[in-house]
Amino acid sequence: MNPKEYKYTQEHEWICPEPGNKGKVGITDFAQSELGDVVYLDLPSPGTQVEQFKKMGEIESVKAVSDLFAPASGQVLEVNQAVIDEPGLVNHDPYGDGWLVRLELSNPSELDALMGSDKYDEFIAQLGEEDSE
Amino acid sequence: MGHHYLLPDISRPGRIGCSLPRLDVPPSELPSEELLRQELNLPELSEVDVVRYFIALSKLNYGVDTGFYPLGSCTMKYNPRLHEDIAQLPGFASIHPYQPVESVQGALQLMFELQQYLAEITGMNATSLAPMAGAQGELASILLVKAYHHARGDRLRKKILVPDSSHGTNPATAAMCGFEVGTVSSNNEGNVDLNSLESMMNEEAAAVTLTIPNTLGLFDPQIAEISRLVHERGGLLCGDGANLNSLLGKAKFGDLGIDCVQVNLHKTFSTPHGGGGPGSGPICVKGNLAQFLPSPLVIKNDKEYTFTIPLKSIGRLGASYGNFGVMVKAYAYIRTLGAEGLKEVSENAVLNANYLKEKLKAYYHLPYDRTCMHEVVFSGKKQKAKGVKTLDIAKRLLDYGFHPPTIYFPLVVSEAIMTEPTETESKETLDAYIDAMKEIAREADENPEILHTAPHNTPVRRLDEVKAARQLDLRWRMGKHH
Repeated sequence: MNPKEYKYTQEHEWICPEPGNKGKVGITDFAQSELGDVVYLDLPSPGTQVEQFKKMGEIESVKAVSDLFAPASGQVLEVNQAVIDEPGLVNHDPYGDGWLVRLELSNPSELDALMGSDKYDEFIAQLGEEDSE
Repeated sequence: MGHHYLLPDISRPGRIGCSLPRLDVPPSELPSEELLRQELNLPELSEVDVVRYFIALSKLNYGVDTGFYPLGSCTMKYNPRLHEDIAQLPGFASIHPYQPVESVQGALQLMFELQQYLAEITGMNATSLAPMAGAQGELASILLVKAYHHARGDRLRKKILVPDSSHGTNPATAAMCGFEVGTVSSNNEGNVDLNSLESMMNEEAAAVTLTIPNTLGLFDPQIAEISRLVHERGGLLCGDGANLNSLLGKAKFGDLGIDCVQVNLHKTFSTPHGGGGPGSGPICVKGNLAQFLPSPLVIKNDKEYTFTIPLKSIGRLGASYGNFGVMVKAYAYIRTLGAEGLKEVSENAVLNANYLKEKLKAYYHLPYDRTCMHEVVFSGKKQKAKGVKTLDIAKRLLDYGFHPPTIYFPLVVSEAIMTEPTETESKETLDAYIDAMKEIAREADENPEILHTAPHNTPVRRLDEVKAARQLDLRWRMGKHH
């Protein structure tokens, strides 16, 4: 299930707020299941400034290449090397070992614009319905 | 029957597959030792070993000559053998690209007439046969868009707009040519969302690229409105002619407001493709763009056919004149069928796709339930709800002896199953495929495990696609055993 304490974007990224205005970022379980097996990740290197809802990298699965968007603005502090070496972690553990980058948030109030887990659950349920019309 | 050995595996020392003729020149000394290579360690085989090895490999092939190949967006139609005979006539097969034009007038006449036929079929004024693939034709289109805007002193147009249903080559081509890509949304009928286009089509947009009919196999009835909007705002409307197989003799790109379009001879005009080519993607344009066409073009003056370079040509796309052998086959196809025959091609291609659609829509989700053109896009979402993915369905089709359709494309349909039967398949073949797809839908309900572990009857089982993407190794190296 989608963790309660995380915040979610409409592009299916999550951010987990951490003390000191930091946040860990990844993609949701829904996203990984739609993408299929992930084979490559192109992530911003530490020090890169990213902007909320703007493209920050790419994720390639056996099906397609998709853009990754930043859930919040700030500076990249750390990249998860384990996931670069073994992209399958995104599929196996999207909310844990499959995290992508850690950000230092330049404007933590931006997180208010994101969805909580309940709202995100509704959001993906709705996507399913629209699709079946 | 599997085929899991390589030639070195059956090599035996001293075995030999050829006999050299008796030496009839004086023997010469070998160069000194240090100039000679080490032992090459090539496999040592008899002729029969080699023949059996390659015949066994060839039997593992699957193509349109072995069976149904409904690979959506690829138009895998049967390629008549007559084309091969014509292309192998010595006057076509044995000529050299750089021999004097007066000695190859027949070949030039064929190119000249093919240029005219394609212009007529697409409703355009001029054609260049130079592009050697569909994607190269697209490249030529976008380079030509750039040349057009620059020639009229407009350097502000930095964007090419493409629909979100577009084939990946459309945005990739725009990026290759130094443009930014703007993605236009589709509406819930699978057409272009006019509001989205309206908001993006401004003085920064150089052109819109539309595949007609689109990659959902649907004809967008708003085309006149789209054309008006794009042209009013100073842009060009480029067509991607990949799906021309549904329009022959029925609608012309030029009449729909398209300024330039590439035509994939290897799809619509029935020349062999797949496995890397060769393709041919001529580009057809309206009169005002003819001066920018890639060179060379074939023209006819008073006494002969000859090559020419358009006034402001974007230049050459390759060393010679495009893939001439493919042109010969496409020419043969057009001349064999004639105008009425070409119409029938499209009528039957559309009929076959709609037949599949109607017969299968009770079993597979159909996201856009409208009359389709030459292909139909289902979604595997009913099956996915039971834990069976579209990939599993595709793999299971192999067990039933069919090449699977295109899957997971277009991206706007989740679990997409994009099926293009083409006009060359009989009702019996379509029915056999329909039966297989129904059977697979039943298996998804009753025995999903058989789908998860498919294919079962093929020389190799489910391949590791992640490993194939991450550790692609296409080179056999001596002494390295896999």
